[in-house]
Amino acid sequence: METKKAIISVKNLVKKYDDFVAVQGLSFEVYEHEIFGLLGPNGAGKTTTLEIIETLRDKTSGEIIVDGFSVDKQPQDIKQIIGVQLQAAGYYPNLNLIELIELFAGLYGANIKPMEMLEKVNLQDKAKAKYKALSGGQKQRFSIATTLINQPKIIFLDEPTTGLDPQARRNLWDLIIEIRNAGTTVVITTHYMDEAEQLCDRVAFVERGQIIALDTPDNLIDKLVSSGFERKKEVKKANLEDVFINLTGQEWRE
Amino acid sequence: MQKDIHERNSNSPSGAGGYSNATATLALAKASFRSIMRSPSAVVFTLAFPLIFILVFGFLGGGGTRIDVGITPGSDVNNPVMGMLAKTGMIRLVKDKSKAEFDKLLEKGNVDAMIDVHKKVNSAAYSVNVVYTSASRDKGGILKSVLNNIFYDKSLKPTVAEIKESTITGREYKTIDFILPGQLGFSLLSTGVFGTAFVFLSLRHTLVIKRFFATPVKRSSIVIGEGIARIGFALIGALFIILIGHFFFGFTLVHGVLTVVNMLILATLGVIVFMGFGFIISGIAKNESMVPPISNIVTLPQFLLSGTFFSIEAFPSWLQPISRALPLTYLNDAMRKVAFEGLGLWDVKFQIMILLLWGIGIYAVAVKVFKWE
Repeated sequence: METKKAIISVKNLVKKYDDFVAVQGLSFEVYEHEIFGLLGPNGAGKTTTLEIIETLRDKTSGEIIVDGFSVDKQPQDIKQIIGVQLQAAGYYPNLNLIELIELFAGLYGANIKPMEMLEKVNLQDKAKAKYKALSGGQKQRFSIATTLINQPKIIFLDEPTTGLDPQARRNLWDLIIEIRNAGTTVVITTHYMDEAEQLCDRVAFVERGQIIALDTPDNLIDKLVSSGFERKKEVKKANLEDVFINLTGQEWRE
Repeated sequence: MQKDIHERNSNSPSGAGGYSNATATLALAKASFRSIMRSPSAVVFTLAFPLIFILVFGFLGGGGTRIDVGITPGSDVNNPVMGMLAKTGMIRLVKDKSKAEFDKLLEKGNVDAMIDVHKKVNSAAYSVNVVYTSASRDKGGILKSVLNNIFYDKSLKPTVAEIKESTITGREYKTIDFILPGQLGFSLLSTGVFGTAFVFLSLRHTLVIKRFFATPVKRSSIVIGEGIARIGFALIGALFIILIGHFFFGFTLVHGVLTVVNMLILATLGVIVFMGFGFIISGIAKNESMVPPISNIVTLPQFLLSGTFFSIEAFPSWLQPISRALPLTYLNDAMRKVAFEGLGLWDVKFQIMILLLWGIGIYAVAVKVFKWE
């Protein structure tokens, strides 16, 4: 992250629902070409924040600039340069993967080869399958493929690994890192701290609609350790997930 | 919230960077059409259902509505009234049975009515007595309108010229000519209502629409794309029904291809109006299981009261105003006039106007209750 140019800047973002304040004064920046993690418990305001940046939801106040475009004035320009994976979103019924990619290509006005998109996420064998018939990991990879159709500068992934088995999760990490390495900025939410630690260049902790910490995972851990924190149990060189992966094999299963 | 987003979407400069709304709309239409073609319920409701009815009615009675009319023993048989009735081709006169036998048949509805014709004393006119049976109200209704069409009143004038003047129709009116437009109308109604309601509700619930909103596509493209697909599907279905009816059951198309084109134009109008019901239902239904009951509230009364199976003239007079308020009545009516009487679209402008009024009303409500998320 030598070039720390902000591609997303959020200032004093506030979102109120009738009598409930979901987001209260969030400010943060996402740098170009990084994987930025929004972490926090359910209901902390992560998804709301993402959806406001994605132009899917209105904000109450605050300022958001995405790659120079304002969410208030240029939402259409923002839609052109972002890819969005929604939590628990489905796809058009009765269509196979190729046809769904074609649909999205039309919606984005993108001229792409559907099969190449599927190859990017290693789903070429499932080209004729329906979305519903995919496994959890395949569904998430397909969702990610749909975010890449318009060659976006930024993609937003909302809890992409929730409910996946360890192999599928690691497989998805590799894919996300690949996408970042190809020059796309990634904003991701997750409940898994090991995932954030491995994947994210920087993370922000969100709690009750506010950011309570923002730094690289390393710095955050160092800070905690230097404050005298110690784990109750001595950390071994491997954990149970390593055992699981070691026993059941690294390779991806369908 | 959704209103705010709507405003933002419509304020934004359209088509930034050469973005084509037409491409997006067509992509959606294509996707939707593929999806409909693979949806069993759409195919069943649009094609299978109407075709089954057409098959059943097409084979029943070899293509003609039959009304069995018993001749009361002692009635005059050789008179113009009987001749006229026999000539309509719809009425089978049943003779040579005793009064007791006829009473039993009447009670069971095996005979639809009894007729008794007598020459009036000191007059050339005939007096006609008709007894209907509650066991066969619908056919009684048809007979009643046939008779009303033949006579000014129940006493026939003796001159043949006058009888001919009041002849109901010159062309042979087959059951299929009545049934097919009704089934076609019903097919359009169910495609428009059920299909639209289900699709938009499920797209909303599965967040497909939300995902679409993350792309530069406009709301109007989503609605129009969906509409194009559904209209296209409905028209293919309509064409299929018309052609099967014509080639297998002798459905009358007075001006051939032109009549078909006119019918398809009416079908388009009909399905657009009916889709409005679907938009409303998708907005008020809370989940998918609520769609069928609400849709049935819309479709069933029209199925029964809009002259799908029986002419609405056969209904009791208190029911007829209800029938005459329903949009399907006018679509069916226009379809029959175009197909069988060979009228042009301008001749059915009244029916078209009523449909348009319904359309305006329905879409005014739809805009209010439709939900995007």
